[in-house]
Amino acid sequence: MTTIEFRKDLFADERVDDLKQIGKPTVRQDILGHVTGRSPYYDDHLFDGLLHMRCVRSPHHHARIRSIDTSAAERMPGVRRIVMPSDVPHNINTLLSLINFGRDDEPLLSHTKVSYRGEPVCAVIADTERQARAAIAAVRVDWEVLPHVLDVEEALEPDAPVVNEEYPNNTFDYHERYDHQKLRFGDIGAGFAQADRVIEGRYQMSPIEQAPLETCGAIAAPETNDRFVCYTSTQALFFSLGTTAKLLDIASSRLHFVGGTVGGGFGGKVDSIVEPMATLGAVLTGRPVKFMWDRPEEMQVGAPRGGERWYIKDGVMNDGRIVARSFTGFFDCGAYTRLSSYAIIKATGHLPGPYTIPNVASNVYCVYTNRTPATAMRGFGITGVDFAIESHMDKVAEAVGMDPVELRILNAYRDGDMKAHRRLAKNTALIECCQVAADKAGWRIGPQFAAASSLSDGGGDRALIGETVTDQEGRIGERRQRRIPFAPSERGTGRIAAGTAGEAVSAARPQRDDMQPEPERIGHKVSAADPERPAQPAAPPAPAAPPPQAPQPAQATPPPVYEPQAPAEPPAPQSPPPAQPEPYRPSEPFQRGVKRPGASRFISGTRRR
Amino acid sequence: MAVHHGRGFACINYPIGMNLGGDPSQALVHSTPDGKFMVTLSSIDLGQGMKSVTRQIASETLGVPVEDVYVDTADSDTGPHCMGSFASRGTHRVGNAVIRAATEARQQLLEAAAEELEVSAADLDTDGAGNIHVKGAPGRSITVADTAIAAQFKQGRTLSGRGIFLIPPSEADPDTGEMTPVSCFAHAALVVDLEVDDETGVVEVKEINSAYEVGRALNPKLVEQQLIGGAWMGVSHALYETTEPYYPDREHGPQDFNHYLMPGPAEVVTHNIAVLERPAEDAPYGGKGPGEMCANPVLPAIANAVYNAVGVRCDTLPITPEKILRGLRENGGAKPQGRR
Amino acid sequence: MEKTALNFTLNGAETGVFVDAGANLLDVLRRGVGDQTPKYGCGQGSCGACSVLIDGELHLSCLTLAETVAGKSVETTAGLAGGPELHALQKAFIDGFAAQCGYCTPGMLMAARALLDSNPNPSRDDVAEAISGNICRCTGYEPIIDAILAAASGSGRRFG
Repeated sequence: MTTIEFRKDLFADERVDDLKQIGKPTVRQDILGHVTGRSPYYDDHLFDGLLHMRCVRSPHHHARIRSIDTSAAERMPGVRRIVMPSDVPHNINTLLSLINFGRDDEPLLSHTKVSYRGEPVCAVIADTERQARAAIAAVRVDWEVLPHVLDVEEALEPDAPVVNEEYPNNTFDYHERYDHQKLRFGDIGAGFAQADRVIEGRYQMSPIEQAPLETCGAIAAPETNDRFVCYTSTQALFFSLGTTAKLLDIASSRLHFVGGTVGGGFGGKVDSIVEPMATLGAVLTGRPVKFMWDRPEEMQVGAPRGGERWYIKDGVMNDGRIVARSFTGFFDCGAYTRLSSYAIIKATGHLPGPYTIPNVASNVYCVYTNRTPATAMRGFGITGVDFAIESHMDKVAEAVGMDPVELRILNAYRDGDMKAHRRLAKNTALIECCQVAADKAGWRIGPQFAAASSLSDGGGDRALIGETVTDQEGRIGERRQRRIPFAPSERGTGRIAAGTAGEAVSAARPQRDDMQPEPERIGHKVSAADPERPAQPAAPPAPAAPPPQAPQPAQATPPPVYEPQAPAEPPAPQSPPPAQPEPYRPSEPFQRGVKRPGASRFISGTRRR
Repeated sequence: MAVHHGRGFACINYPIGMNLGGDPSQALVHSTPDGKFMVTLSSIDLGQGMKSVTRQIASETLGVPVEDVYVDTADSDTGPHCMGSFASRGTHRVGNAVIRAATEARQQLLEAAAEELEVSAADLDTDGAGNIHVKGAPGRSITVADTAIAAQFKQGRTLSGRGIFLIPPSEADPDTGEMTPVSCFAHAALVVDLEVDDETGVVEVKEINSAYEVGRALNPKLVEQQLIGGAWMGVSHALYETTEPYYPDREHGPQDFNHYLMPGPAEVVTHNIAVLERPAEDAPYGGKGPGEMCANPVLPAIANAVYNAVGVRCDTLPITPEKILRGLRENGGAKPQGRR
Repeated sequence: MEKTALNFTLNGAETGVFVDAGANLLDVLRRGVGDQTPKYGCGQGSCGACSVLIDGELHLSCLTLAETVAGKSVETTAGLAGGPELHALQKAFIDGFAAQCGYCTPGMLMAARALLDSNPNPSRDDVAEAISGNICRCTGYEPIIDAILAAASGSGRRFG
């Protein structure tokens, strides 16, 4: 059974804890609707004369459409309209065109060829769902089956079938230059040469269905004033509205989208396919139209979390320090881009995981294959590579004969360290998480690891960027001519001077000063001696917490804690400089009410069920 | 044939918010005639608690009771733009937009109260219970309700606020990958204890001990919901879930919940959670979204624990009995790696 | 298509509706009668979101031929609360934070009610068994099991 405790003793000097609403276990605003069954999901909106839409889908992985014969379907009972690709006013889109990322590569309904099993080619709108199902079974499509490719590495062979004509090399084009996204930090070649041993691994993340209990769907209907309302399960209301406006070539002001109460999403409801389909149906019929995926469609046609394949190569010293790490990653994005190309940038920014490694390189490929397009899912871009990294860390620990937790703490990133994407780490807490989790499990770690802290021993040499080796390998289209290595080059052809890095981007300032709350009012304890904040000059636009202010005076009221409440000592006045907090020693078993040296009185939130 | 105990560890960090920015969210706050506040958004509640957490953020920032705040979302005719609920951006981006909108509305609330009390707005504070008083003189006070009535029916003032939060878009460098991916990271570490039956290949997760660093638990019960549900999903991903059991082969894909497997209610795993709170500078009240990251460490921790139990490295997910049995056969039987 | 008159009792009220031959009870409740509390999750009887009670027994309405409930008593989550007062299960779900997206909740409540009607003092295993036909993707089940046990023991705090 679950127990949960809130370790208020850790990082206590960075928080104002006497807030009135924040931190309280307030009952959910939507819970009464949930337990009475009255929360309004999209399908709970009733319309007279509602029509139902179903799609005719490809049975083939890859095929050319010679012709579509809908004559029998048109004569079926209850059929109101057959929707053909030519009915879609602007039948090409890419989801991220709304932020200007990538080229339009996906039709709403395919008219020339299909590139995955389940791709829709036309749709039927009928009075009942059953009639729509019967009618789509009567549509005859003449297919010319084409060779297909399902494996990401096979798709990058010179003679592999072209999956998506917009990207004829079966890879997304990055920066109009490379067929992958690069990360280069330091010199991995030198790092591997210096290492006592090199450890390699290959990891395969499975494709996974988001499986929200409510399937994707939308109901669209003509509204008064020449507009259309669309009730939707979307995770991103304006994404879906904008995508619909573009595909239907309709002014966005004529669209009224309503959602916000969704039966689970987990990433699968960003794709904005059901909304343009239902709205198109309402436009073509002048009637309310529902387009809802059934469970088999949700499972096999709805975009899953894509398969990811990762190769990791580590250069490791015998004492456990990782001195070089190289990644080769393949995202199986399926037949169309959706969000995979973007997730690869996210994954690249995440490498090499939460560790400080002086030499890092990665090549990550967004590969088109003849399968259902992949899309977001909980942890998108990160879950797969974290599985790879953390499985690999275990192999490294075994190879150097080190405790796995200690290996992580040894290599963990700390405040002030330089990350491989060339920004300084701050607000880190990996080490403390390792210590607390190990302690809870009774996993003993050595005293120097138990005493480590995210707040100390970072920065210095660890803040430096070494001279970086670059290369020009993997230019767009090169792989169509010849096989070239997938992995990052270990020799390189260029050099970037040590220390080269740009400015971090931070949040845009509020439009007016009175939109900017004081930091204490939003829970931040700011102290002049805080090593982090003075490093943030006021020059570039400051994030939500503005520049440092006077030290926080002692608060008379005890901080609110989650049950059970223990009387708390008022925090000591923050006279600058505050004493460096004693590191928490998780090797001591902790109990409720134990006063920890150097920490505030330990408040246990443990609650057993 | 035997059941082997194994123990595995993994730790992770997780970027909060859409990578490279460019993903604004907006909020509007306004007072009803008698001083209740409506927060209008177009953000989506998928079950993660968007409506609830923004309600708490608005009430805290306004300085009024949570019961006096209602969150209305998502209608594109009334709610201002929000990029959506994905990439752990909801709490961070929408929360910050709500803080800004509520701060502006609060300022107007205090100015209206100042006019009634004939003091300077800077000398006023809220008590969080529906009253506005002069700092240091709690006796000189006016209710939020009376202030709202005076503002709207006597002074001719709205009590409203607009908020937007945006991290401006940036790019990744083509050659080095240099970028500003996000502005803060959540953290987690966990230990999984499990048993592997070397006859059937079945894995049973027995216990999880975890530490999750979430910036600030804006609502501890909502955080708890995410962490329990996320760990469940992590176990499910590690051991069961795939749309293509023989990936990259497309055959044998499940069509329904009878073939797409997940742990059921009888397979609840004992989970001892510690929540750490290191507030992020630019996050609302320091809170980082815990919803996505909490599943991630479970997958590798289970893989590592299976190796510890029987010496089989499953580098391909999910870790099915079939894969374990094939691994055992290849290794010539179970090779336990020793107690941790 | 020819319609058949169907009369049954829904949450204690006499109800009549015309249905298509072969229509399932879920569609008839949701679209025909307008009781939206049972949810469509799979249409295959494998998720439990559409669970209702027919003459006191738990059934999957998506797999139930509507015409078979003629003259019978159907109960849904819409009838769980007796007037303004919530059912003990509803209170326990609120207090126990036993719902996230809420989509499985009506089905869970029906399964739990069927359990408590027949076994007012269930064990944890009894509860797990009783809801084993109901899928929840959000909560990991534990808060739901706890809430049902709390309702059974009468420890659910009164709402409001």
